[in-house]
Amino acid sequence: MNTDFEPVIGLEVHVQLNTKTKIFCGCSTKFGLLPNTSICPVCLGYPGVLPVMNEEVVRSAVKVCLMMDFMINTYSRMDRKNYFYPDLPKGYQISQFDNPIGVKGKLSIDTDEGKKEIGITRIHIEEDAGKLIHGDGVSYVDFNRTGVPLLEIVSEPDIRSSKEAYLYLKKLKQILEYTKISDCNMEEGSLRCDANVSIRPKGQAQFGTKTEIKNLNSFKFVQKALDYEIERQMNVLKEGGTISQETRLFDSGTGKTKTMRSKEEAHDYHYFPEPDLLPIMVSEGMIKEATFSLPEKPDDKCARFEKQYGLPAYDASVLTADPSTADYYEECAKFCSNYKMISNWMMGEWLRELNERSVSAVDSPVLAKDLAGLLNMIENGKISGKIAKEIFPEMVKTGKTAEQIVQEKGLTVISDTGAIETMIKEVLGKNEKSVQDYKNGKKGVLGFLIGQVMKASKGKADPKKVNELMEKILS
Amino acid sequence: MSDSKQIVNHVEKLALLEISPEEKDRFSEQIGKILKFVEKLNELDTTKIKPTSHILPVQNVTRRDSPVPSISRENVIKLAPEANNEFYIVPPVIQEFQEA
Repeated sequence: MNTDFEPVIGLEVHVQLNTKTKIFCGCSTKFGLLPNTSICPVCLGYPGVLPVMNEEVVRSAVKVCLMMDFMINTYSRMDRKNYFYPDLPKGYQISQFDNPIGVKGKLSIDTDEGKKEIGITRIHIEEDAGKLIHGDGVSYVDFNRTGVPLLEIVSEPDIRSSKEAYLYLKKLKQILEYTKISDCNMEEGSLRCDANVSIRPKGQAQFGTKTEIKNLNSFKFVQKALDYEIERQMNVLKEGGTISQETRLFDSGTGKTKTMRSKEEAHDYHYFPEPDLLPIMVSEGMIKEATFSLPEKPDDKCARFEKQYGLPAYDASVLTADPSTADYYEECAKFCSNYKMISNWMMGEWLRELNERSVSAVDSPVLAKDLAGLLNMIENGKISGKIAKEIFPEMVKTGKTAEQIVQEKGLTVISDTGAIETMIKEVLGKNEKSVQDYKNGKKGVLGFLIGQVMKASKGKADPKKVNELMEKILS
Repeated sequence: MSDSKQIVNHVEKLALLEISPEEKDRFSEQIGKILKFVEKLNELDTTKIKPTSHILPVQNVTRRDSPVPSISRENVIKLAPEANNEFYIVPPVIQEFQEA
């Protein structure tokens, strides 16, 4: 038997839109409200109510379509998907079936072998269900989430490894964050993912039997669950068994997937057109309006950062990973023209501070203008890089500018020629051997001697000036 | 088993209902009649007619994304067959697993 298997993976992503109100009623979508306080007859599905589409939902969906090159259906329609579950008060979910808002989208990921395009089958609009909380012998239902707008984005089975799945999700999240239509917060469930996976002998065109994995709460879990599931399926096939088509749940505690035993018969949703809602006809005008408000695409921004600021590809990709970091960089670049230094500082000290506080660039404790101010002080020789690194945490803590801290602490650089010359002479006097080595052609000792001067000045001497004067004195 | 009996059994499961044998006989007969009527409709030639889900030439009826007050929890929740002060209470929904 051929033991060389290839995984085939497709991902379904649900993204909660960040509209103020629910999809068909004016109830608030705020996260963390008291249970069952953001509900009304419409989202609870009382008889005789009339749902009306939130215009912002259509607008957001069209924007996402444009960002991922979907073909937008000019005629799209809502359908009822019928099933019974306690988190679904109406007994049906309003979704889209055969006329989704968009089809045939794509995005590209950066694999080790270069760029790879992943097809996206469809994107459709639907409503979220309520939340079940499992108690002792009963379950509790909170309907606040019922009717929160979702986009479901279904990829083609183009993904061939758990790593590619991870990269796809990262890219998808990045694009959604750029489009600003969702908080993309996995902990609060505003981004959720199910994975379909099968394996087949390499070279075989036909797909194997797939399983669907649910309960994937982070991108890392998606990767882990897929790794486990691929391995499991391979073992089953190698032992001569067959894969059964089923839904499996990922247990993050054990890192394993388990069969979800379902008492229901095969799904039979009896989809039919939603009679209470009218068709959505996306017009040229709506597309134009959405196009006008689209952000620069992440890949385009990354390429522009390389070109405009002369940054290495790596720097550009880190700085454009999310839109707020990119904005922060560009704000800094308005005030400080050493673009590579901004990049180095942002990827180093700055990002470390943000990660420690787990905040995003929007909540950076140091304003972009102030970081630029600090870096300009290095540029102008007012402080050394070493001192700057001491000042930065102080800026974070106190919110003061670098200028203020330097003044208060008397950290200004010594750039007085006379004072530096005195220090240099002192150092040279103590290191006669090194001076001799330098004169014999061992230029490397220069760094050591400069280091000694810097040390003697407690880091306050202007390194540029020390360098200049040192070379002058030694020559 | 007759077609209509099978339909009744299927719907019973889908809708999580419990239907007694007597009821099943009665419903089968009634559904049988309905199906017969629908079959009658099938005699009509509709090959040249596009499927219609809305008969009015109206589209894109939307509302502004501005919140309106929700209704009071107290008033809704008291309509539920079972509830406490905060939540609706339903029979336990436990997903059953098996090691595989």
